[in-house]
Amino acid sequence: MLGKLSWSDIPFDVPILVGTFAGAAIAGLAVFGLITYYGKWGYLWKEWLTSVDHKRLGVMYIVLALVALFRGFADAIMMRSQLALAYAGNPGYLPPHHYDQIFSAHGTIMIFFMAMAFMTGLMNVIVPLQIGARDVAFPFLNSLSFWMTTVSFVLINISLFIGEFSQCGWLAYPPLSETQFSPGVGVDYYIWAVQLSGVGTLLTGVNFFTTIVKMRAPGMTYMKMPVFTWTIFCTTVLIMVAFPILTVALGLLGLDRYLGMHFFTNDGGGNQMLYLSVIWAWGHPEVYILVLPAFGAFSEITQTFSRKPLFGYNTMVYATCSIMVLSLVVWVHHFFTMGAGPNVNAFFGIMTMIIAIPTGVKIFNWLFTMYKGRVEFHATMYWVIGFMITFSIGGMTGVMLAIPAADFVLHNSLFVIAHFHNVIIGGVYFGYVAAMNFWFPKAFGFKLNEAWGKRAFWFWFIGFYFAFMPLYVLGFMGMTRRMNHYDNPDWYPWMLVAVFGAVLIACGIVCQLTQLYVSIRDRNLAENRDLTGDPWNARTLEWSTSSPPPFYNFAVVPTVHDLDAFAHDKEAGIDTRAAGSVYQPIHMPKNTSAGFFVGAFSLVLGFAAIWYIWWLAALGLIGVIATVIARSSNNDVDYYVPVSEVARIENEHTRNLMAAQAAE
Amino acid sequence: MAHDMTADAAHAHDEHHESPVVFGFWLYLMTDCLIFGTLFAVFAVMRNQFAGGPTGKEIFELSGVGIETAILLVSSITYGFGMISAHQNKVSTMRMWLAVTFLLGLGFLFMEIREFSHMVAEGNGPDRSAFLSAFFTLVGTHGLHVTCGLLWMAVVMVQSMGKTVLSERMMNKLTCLSLFWHFLDIVWICVFTFVYLMSVI
Repeated sequence: MLGKLSWSDIPFDVPILVGTFAGAAIAGLAVFGLITYYGKWGYLWKEWLTSVDHKRLGVMYIVLALVALFRGFADAIMMRSQLALAYAGNPGYLPPHHYDQIFSAHGTIMIFFMAMAFMTGLMNVIVPLQIGARDVAFPFLNSLSFWMTTVSFVLINISLFIGEFSQCGWLAYPPLSETQFSPGVGVDYYIWAVQLSGVGTLLTGVNFFTTIVKMRAPGMTYMKMPVFTWTIFCTTVLIMVAFPILTVALGLLGLDRYLGMHFFTNDGGGNQMLYLSVIWAWGHPEVYILVLPAFGAFSEITQTFSRKPLFGYNTMVYATCSIMVLSLVVWVHHFFTMGAGPNVNAFFGIMTMIIAIPTGVKIFNWLFTMYKGRVEFHATMYWVIGFMITFSIGGMTGVMLAIPAADFVLHNSLFVIAHFHNVIIGGVYFGYVAAMNFWFPKAFGFKLNEAWGKRAFWFWFIGFYFAFMPLYVLGFMGMTRRMNHYDNPDWYPWMLVAVFGAVLIACGIVCQLTQLYVSIRDRNLAENRDLTGDPWNARTLEWSTSSPPPFYNFAVVPTVHDLDAFAHDKEAGIDTRAAGSVYQPIHMPKNTSAGFFVGAFSLVLGFAAIWYIWWLAALGLIGVIATVIARSSNNDVDYYVPVSEVARIENEHTRNLMAAQAAE
Repeated sequence: MAHDMTADAAHAHDEHHESPVVFGFWLYLMTDCLIFGTLFAVFAVMRNQFAGGPTGKEIFELSGVGIETAILLVSSITYGFGMISAHQNKVSTMRMWLAVTFLLGLGFLFMEIREFSHMVAEGNGPDRSAFLSAFFTLVGTHGLHVTCGLLWMAVVMVQSMGKTVLSERMMNKLTCLSLFWHFLDIVWICVFTFVYLMSVI
């Protein structure tokens, strides 16, 4: 009846998990109680959970990302503290069975649910506004993507309390991840969670590529597109190319486990290196999927706070496109040690090094944008400068790893860990936080507190160096990754430095949460409110509408005359909003709960399949199909916003604008 | 004023519907194409990994596969006739052609399942060798797509009941399904060539 599931699968014997469960349950009940107390369920359901508005979905994605960051960081600090203790005969407090789940969950969560969700959230909030569109091409699919991502994250967190998670690292290499060596449900949790979230990501890729190609405001040719939109454009291409490959890789691993096939097994003609090749053909483009939008955000921020147009817009676009193409032909550098031979390794090594060239072009473009600009050292700019320093170092260690001969020595060592945290924290995370600080007033109508923003930056920045520079050293000293305990006295002091760095980063996260709290508390102070919609005197279209934007974004679709359309209009004295003109009814999509239900049924399907509860899995699958058919048969999916409503909202914003101008 | 508003609304409506749906569906098909591409690559790696089990030459029966191929190719033509009727707004004729396509698709699926069950019954299931794992996965994924296509076709036929004029949304669905169906045909031609024919020669 319940497949493999039984009482013994609930880890009552692990105090850390019981404590976590109690904490999560109490927090969950508190949130539940508060929503009920304030009678907000209806509001939450109608305005948020069933929303197809890209701005609201974007905000929900970022909330999801911050929750995932919290979970992923908890894993990280547990690993660091374990390694600061488990030395010279001391086993530490995390036995291998638990520790291996923690590092697997850390990587999986940080990539798929922190970084991907954060990136998708940013593109949701910004891209349609930046290209002068009223929504994305497929608003319902957008909601569906969000729910697929969310239920996958729920599934991973269920694995904490029911059963176990994968112990095979974040990419679940076979043969370790095969049934023979991992008979438990951990790898199945991994496969289903990543697979379901992959559906969401793929749909997002299709959706935003279509949006950018088909829905740009009149006059916005490709070479007048803002750089952030360009980077998202390239990212969506990479999503569409890479994620199907991930689907196949995990699908085949699943077939090995569920149906006893022999793709990656030791016997029956299986080939483990095939898995590596396929998964990295997704995995390498994936890191560029994450970092390109960060590059886009840095470009927008640098030009805004340097009070200058971006230096070398064209080269920035070409560099982005070059990186997009090159990222598809470097994946073998993740397994140089496979022994593909000097010619193959040399090709992939050289291709990898070549990526440094367009990336270098970008760094110089940002530097030259700042050069002779009036750089305003806003909190957002701190992250940008911190990124340029940190990411350059990470890029250089990347070039070191691209040399096959050096990689043979450094492969699977902590040097690799240090390198990719160097580029992912220094590049991706700093970029997303900078973007969040920059676009926050656009989404909510008030600014984030700067003092706390700067404190968060300094803790993160210094904490990063303390936490990861020792890992470079340890890598050179021969310490391998994923180690549970060790007895080499030379490594010990460096592990202590690293755990100190992790504590500093924890302080950084606390500062970020405080920043959110303080900003929300002080949101009505005059200096924090953004009444104009353009708090930074910025250059692109999203700043031409109010903050937060009306649900239809633009009452009159703007006409683009030049690159940085809004800056051009401000200089030329054109009112981008065309305030006071004769409005037209606006065609908008209706909210729908279909995405939510497809997600919920997918969760049932995934959970049941993990535990071999086949009747429940069938119910979940039928639920998904029935919901999709019901949605397809519903013709009442859109409506027109009447002119009077548009005029009311627009006039109110015009009054705010005039009041703000009078106050100046 | 009221009159203006409806005219404008109709106009805005027209403008909105240079339909991104078909374009978006093309993109989706390209991602699906990559799924098949990867599966073909996996098959290419695994095609000689028999692990002591049978080779393709020993177990494939080309005559049956030839009939399957013919059925699927004809079903693409009948779907094409259905689209011609749809463009002429002959809804019941369209539904008739879709029904023919549906039956042909069902026939294809039936033959495929029969082939699979024969192989499994003889002990040559997907767990026998890496070669057979790759074979069953590639051909099975195509079969799964055909199943989805049939389900979709049934839904579209039901949705078109009692309609005399096909709405734009309906036409988009029919066009997307048509792309999907022809796409599966193309994939099948590759399966027939690279999996069956090349294993037998």
